[in-house]
Amino acid sequence: MARPRFEVRAQTGFTVMAVLTFGLLYLPIMTLVVYAFNDNDSIAIWKGFSLRWFRSAWNNQLVVEASIRSFQIAAAAAVLATVAATMAALATTRVTRPYRGLTFKYAFINQPLMVPEIVTAVALLIFFSRIKMWTGYTGLGYLIVAHTAFCIPFAYLPIRARLESMDLSLETAAADLYATPWNTFRRVTLPLLWPGILAGLMLAFVISLDDVVITEFVKSGGQDTLPTYMLGQFRRIVTPEINAISTVFLLLSIAIVTIFFFVSRKRA
Amino acid sequence: MPDKPDRNAIEVRGVSKIFGTGDSQVAALDDVSVSIRENEFFTLLGPSGCGKTTLLRLIAGFDFPTDGQILLHGDDIALLPPYKRPVNTVFQSYALFPHMTVGQNIAFGLEMLGKPKAEIAARVAAMLKLVKMEALRDRRTSQISGGQQQRVALARALAPQPKVLLLDEPLSALDYKLRKEMQIELKRLQHETGITFIFVTHDQEEALTMSDRIAVMSSGKILQVGSPRDIYDRPAERFVADFIGESNFLEAAVVASANGRATVRLASGTELAAALPEGFQPKDRVTVVVRPEQARLVREGGAASGVLENVVYFGTDTHFHVHLDAGGPFIVRQQNTRSGDAGYAPGDRVGVAIGEDAAQVLKD
Repeated sequence: MARPRFEVRAQTGFTVMAVLTFGLLYLPIMTLVVYAFNDNDSIAIWKGFSLRWFRSAWNNQLVVEASIRSFQIAAAAAVLATVAATMAALATTRVTRPYRGLTFKYAFINQPLMVPEIVTAVALLIFFSRIKMWTGYTGLGYLIVAHTAFCIPFAYLPIRARLESMDLSLETAAADLYATPWNTFRRVTLPLLWPGILAGLMLAFVISLDDVVITEFVKSGGQDTLPTYMLGQFRRIVTPEINAISTVFLLLSIAIVTIFFFVSRKRA
Repeated sequence: MPDKPDRNAIEVRGVSKIFGTGDSQVAALDDVSVSIRENEFFTLLGPSGCGKTTLLRLIAGFDFPTDGQILLHGDDIALLPPYKRPVNTVFQSYALFPHMTVGQNIAFGLEMLGKPKAEIAARVAAMLKLVKMEALRDRRTSQISGGQQQRVALARALAPQPKVLLLDEPLSALDYKLRKEMQIELKRLQHETGITFIFVTHDQEEALTMSDRIAVMSSGKILQVGSPRDIYDRPAERFVADFIGESNFLEAAVVASANGRATVRLASGTELAAALPEGFQPKDRVTVVVRPEQARLVREGGAASGVLENVVYFGTDTHFHVHLDAGGPFIVRQQNTRSGDAGYAPGDRVGVAIGEDAAQVLKD
């Protein structure tokens, strides 16, 4: 192996920069996790080690309900967004040559990344309140639809990247070997696309789980998700229960990413 | 139909393919017609961009002609999707499915045709045997060498027993020795399976050694179709003579012509018998082509005279570069013998003797 000529570690200030960056990234999170085990009502003054806030969160009906709701919405939105994103990615990559309007399509699909979230939130609030008035339906459907919409670009990007790196001649070869378009998709495109679809699904799930702004505007009464519940808590007394919930949330995210890592590595 | 349709595997009739629209239109194929016989090793030969791959893709169904017909055993297939054509392709990049084993790759086409499991297993085994890959059935395609991938690609395309096998420069990714091996292997496979092969290449040597017939293509047109010997010995056009092998071009005046033969007078004043391309009536001035090995260097006399400029030794033969008195270069290639060369040295005055039936008149 040839030694690379540019050695990033040899640059002036590399160590300072690295320590600073990682410090800023991880110190707050570490503090949060440490104080989740604080045996005190304050989130800032350490008293001793305890699991009481985890217990308290576990026994808090509101937290449990919000968690279940969060997962329901995230699961539904991630699946719907991934299906839509897969179709969009196929439509925008499987073209024989770029045509006018293709860039516009990219922009259109990725619109949620560009439009300020608060604008979408207000727009959805007004839009959905009309529909609520007409139909009388006030279920989780609104949140699922809203989450699906802003999750699509996050699911779309890894799927499109995977499709673009895929050898187009594989699909041509399948067609040459008597595979109908559906069989080509089922037997060749989908198995090879799977890691991209999984990545998109994970990303969409985590993004949905995390959302505050749009959820806050769209939710009906009693539809708090975990993030909006936590936000609501900050308006009252803040206890390390928040830390405990966040810590569990963090562990869960790490678990999801780890599972994905191993699954995709085995596939690739 | 004037000719018997069952004798031709593929008949291309007046096919054009235009890419792009408006001002950026490019005709990749321009009114091409050619017939490919049953059980023939047919090669489309030409430089890159000549339209050979486009024609192959039209026969496979990956693209559709702008105009014209493509007949397979008499039926027009020009507008059928690829999965409805009994035609298979060996791709330049092999395009093996990376998520399947060697055996699964070979079985794919048969599965898509809905063949029974037992038949598929038997055919996969037979195909593996045919390409001598029995031991590697359960390997991933990423775990085998380039030459082995080539064999799998061949087996996969042959397994459904297509009417016609299309090969798109399949040997270009292999190194020289493996390429030579695969050339012989391909000929053997074609012979054993009795399937019509349509082979695309830009390599003239490959085309000459493997083909029953060759179509030489340039700028979206087929210039000449014939056996390797026809193409080499009787090139009809300057492009064909230039693209295949080395050629000497001589300007000449037509003295007489009849029955496919002409008498021409070279710039040196010597008169020479030359063959005419089929059905060609020469005007008064023509270009004549002579292959380097069809001419001999002489001390005196010959059809033309000049000065020897360069002598290049090639082991099996020697190339003599002569500058003709009438202008222009002329290359003579002579077989070497152990007794050494005839003592020609650069600067010598020499004559070029052109053998009987060595000269060929070109259409342009």
